[in-house]
Amino acid sequence: MYSVVKAGQLADRVHELVVEAPHVARHAKAGQFLIVRVDADGERIPLTISRAEGDLVRVIFMTIGATTYRLAELRPGDTILDVAGPLGRPSEVPRNATCVVVGGGVGIASCPIIARTLREAGNRVIGIVGARNADLMILEDEMRQSCDELHVTTDDGSLGRHGYAADVLKEVIEAEPVDHVWVIGPAIMMKVTSAVTRPKGIRTWVSLNPIMVDGTGMCGSCRVVVNGETRFACVDGPEFDAHQVDFDRLMQRQRIYLEEERDALERHHASRCGCETGVRHG
Amino acid sequence: MAERASTVRVHDFGEVDLGLSPDEARTEADRCLQCKKPACISGCPVGVDIPAFVLAIAEGRFEDARTSILEANLLPAICGRVCPQETQCEGACILAGKERAINIGALERFAADVGVEGEAPVACAPSTGRRVAVVGSGPAGLTAAAELARRGHAVTLYESLHEPGGVLLYGIPEFRLPKVVVREEIDRVLALGVELRTNMLVGQSLSVEELLAYDAVFVATGAGLPSFMDIPGEEVNGVYSANEFLTRVNLMHADRFPGTGTPVKRGSRVVVTGGGNVAMDAARVARRLGARVSLVYRRREDDLPARREEVRHAREEGVEFVTCAAPVRILGEPCVTGVECVQMEMCALDESGRPAPRELEGSSFVIDADTVIQAIGTSPNPLLIRLLPGAETGRKGNLVVDECGRTTIPRVYAGGDIATGAATVILAMGAGKRAAAAIDSDLRNGTPAGNVE
Repeated sequence: MYSVVKAGQLADRVHELVVEAPHVARHAKAGQFLIVRVDADGERIPLTISRAEGDLVRVIFMTIGATTYRLAELRPGDTILDVAGPLGRPSEVPRNATCVVVGGGVGIASCPIIARTLREAGNRVIGIVGARNADLMILEDEMRQSCDELHVTTDDGSLGRHGYAADVLKEVIEAEPVDHVWVIGPAIMMKVTSAVTRPKGIRTWVSLNPIMVDGTGMCGSCRVVVNGETRFACVDGPEFDAHQVDFDRLMQRQRIYLEEERDALERHHASRCGCETGVRHG
Repeated sequence: MAERASTVRVHDFGEVDLGLSPDEARTEADRCLQCKKPACISGCPVGVDIPAFVLAIAEGRFEDARTSILEANLLPAICGRVCPQETQCEGACILAGKERAINIGALERFAADVGVEGEAPVACAPSTGRRVAVVGSGPAGLTAAAELARRGHAVTLYESLHEPGGVLLYGIPEFRLPKVVVREEIDRVLALGVELRTNMLVGQSLSVEELLAYDAVFVATGAGLPSFMDIPGEEVNGVYSANEFLTRVNLMHADRFPGTGTPVKRGSRVVVTGGGNVAMDAARVARRLGARVSLVYRRREDDLPARREEVRHAREEGVEFVTCAAPVRILGEPCVTGVECVQMEMCALDESGRPAPRELEGSSFVIDADTVIQAIGTSPNPLLIRLLPGAETGRKGNLVVDECGRTTIPRVYAGGDIATGAATVILAMGAGKRAAAAIDSDLRNGTPAGNVE
C-alpha cells in the first residue's frame, strides 16, 4: 500500500498525485514511468514520473478512463494498492549541447524533470509548452524555472502565443543551432511536432504511451513499430527516435479497447451516482 | 483421476481434474512395487522420495506422505498438477513398460491437498546471518528461496508484479492450477521467514549495487519478451502474444471485465499458433471466453510438444487442430479478419529429432479470425541481465550458468527460464534447488559445492 500525500487538480480533467513510494522515488530518472494498480480488481496503468524527491513521486494524468477517474478521486491519506517502478530506460542525456523540450497538453507533465536533468548536465535548455487554451496549461512556472528560456503557446491564443508548439519549434530551430529535441504529448501532437525537426536531421525523442499490462517486458502489449521493427516500449523505451516511429500504428493500437473502456467508464460513473449498474452496454 | 465433463467445464474456469478420493489414492498407491532401486526418484528433478510417500498413502498415513514430499519439494500441490510426469517419474516407473505406470502425479496432488489446512510449519536451520536475494518469485525463485531459508539464510524474495508466483500466476490458467492452491504453497514458503517484496523491478527499483550488497543473489527472472513470427500483419489490432492474452485473464481477471478493470478481446473466431503447453492454455482459455478456436501447428499432431493430457483436454473442449500448417500472413486492417496459412510437408528428421516441415507450394488457405494468439515462445527477460556487469549471456540472451547455477559473476547464481530458455515448472524448480545447495555450500565454505546430484 502506498500513501497519497498530495492530490490536486491542475486544469480541466488534469490531476496530480504525490505518492510515497521510496523504491520508485529514490531510483527514478528523467524519462521513466511507473505502473499503478488502484485496488485488487484494478487494471495496471503506466504513468510518467513527473517528479521524484526523497521518498515521493509525482504523477500527472488526464481523466480518460475508469482508472484515471478513480485516481482523481483519491485524497491525501488514501492509498494506492500497487506502485511499481521506475520502469523503462531513462532519457539519454547529452552534455554541453543545446536542447529543446516540447510538451503538449498533459504531456507537459514529463518535461520539467527532463529539462532539469538536461540543465544539470550542462546543456542549454529551451522549453516550449503548448495547450489548447489557457485553462489547460499546466506547470508553466515549473518549466520556466527548469529551462533557460520558455515559450508558451495555445491553440486559441488565450495564453502566450497563438498557435501550435510545432510552429514555435520551427522558429527556435531556425534561430539557433539545436542538437537534441524532446517532444512529449498526445501521439498526434508528437507526430506533427517531431516532423518539424526531420529536414534538419536533429536528433528528436518522443515518449510513447502504448497500452501496457505488466510493463516489465513480459507481455508484449506495448509493442511499437520503430524503423520497421517491433520494439517494446516498456523495456526498449519509452523514448524512441521520433523520426523512425510509426505513429499511425501507435494511434491505431491505442484504440484497441475503446469500446471496453467506454463500458468501464459508464460503469464507474454509474457507481458514483448511485445508479443501478452491472448491465453491459453494447 | 476423475475429470469434469468437457461440455460443462468449457463454460467456466473451475479445475478440470477432480483429484483422487482417499480410497482411489490407496488403491493406486498399493500398485507400487516399492523397488529396491527406484528409477522414479532419478526421474524427478527435485528428487522426491517417491516410494516413501506412495507407501505412506497406501498405508493411509496421508500426513506422513505430505511430510515426506515436503522434505524435497515445498510445492507439491503445484507439481502434482503441472509436472509432465509421463516424461519424468512416471516415465521412469518400472511398471510403465509393463501394465501402466503408477499415477505418481495424482498421488502427489492427493497427498498435497488432503488435510493441508492443519499442516505444521516446516522447520528451518539456525540462522547463519547470511543474506540472500532471490530475484523473481516463479517456480525457480520460490524453490531457491525455500531451500535457502530452510538452511538458515535470511532470504528476500523480489517480485516485479503485484503478487508472487510468476508463471504459476500469470501463465497457467485457473482450470489447470487454481490460484488458491498457488497461494497456499507460496504461504508455506513465506512461513519459513522469507521476506517478500512485490512491485520491485530489480535493477530499477533496487539498483544493481544494492543487489550485489547481498551475500549472494539468485536470478530467476524467467522467460521475458514474447516472440512473434515476423510475418506481415502482426501489428494489427487483435493479435496477441500468448503471454499478454493469458496475463490479462489469469493475472488480471479480464474474464470478469467490466467487474475488473482489465479488458480482453474475447473474439468469436480465434486462431492460436504454436503447439506447446502455452498454446494449449491459450486455446482453452479462448474457448472458455466463448470463441471458436483453431490451433495451427506446423508439424504433425504426434509432434506436438505439449503434454498429451493438455492436447486431449483441448480437443475434448472443442479446440480444432490444424496441423502441418503454418501462418504466413495475418489479414485485415486495422483489425484482424483472418490468417493466411500454407500446408507443410514433413521432411527428414532435424536435430530435434522431429521432421523438418517444408512449405508446399500453392497450398495457401485462409482461416477466418478476429483474434490471433501467438504462442511460439519467449526470450529471456533482458531487464536485469543488461545491467549486470560481467554477465556472460548465451545465444538467446540467457544467462550462462554452470551445473550448479553459478553465473560468470561471483556470488550471482541463476536458474529457470532465464538460464535455460523456456522450459517446465519442475525443471525450473530443480535448477532453484541445485543453485540453493550451491549458494549454501559456497557461503559456508567459500568453496565451490560441486554438483549436488
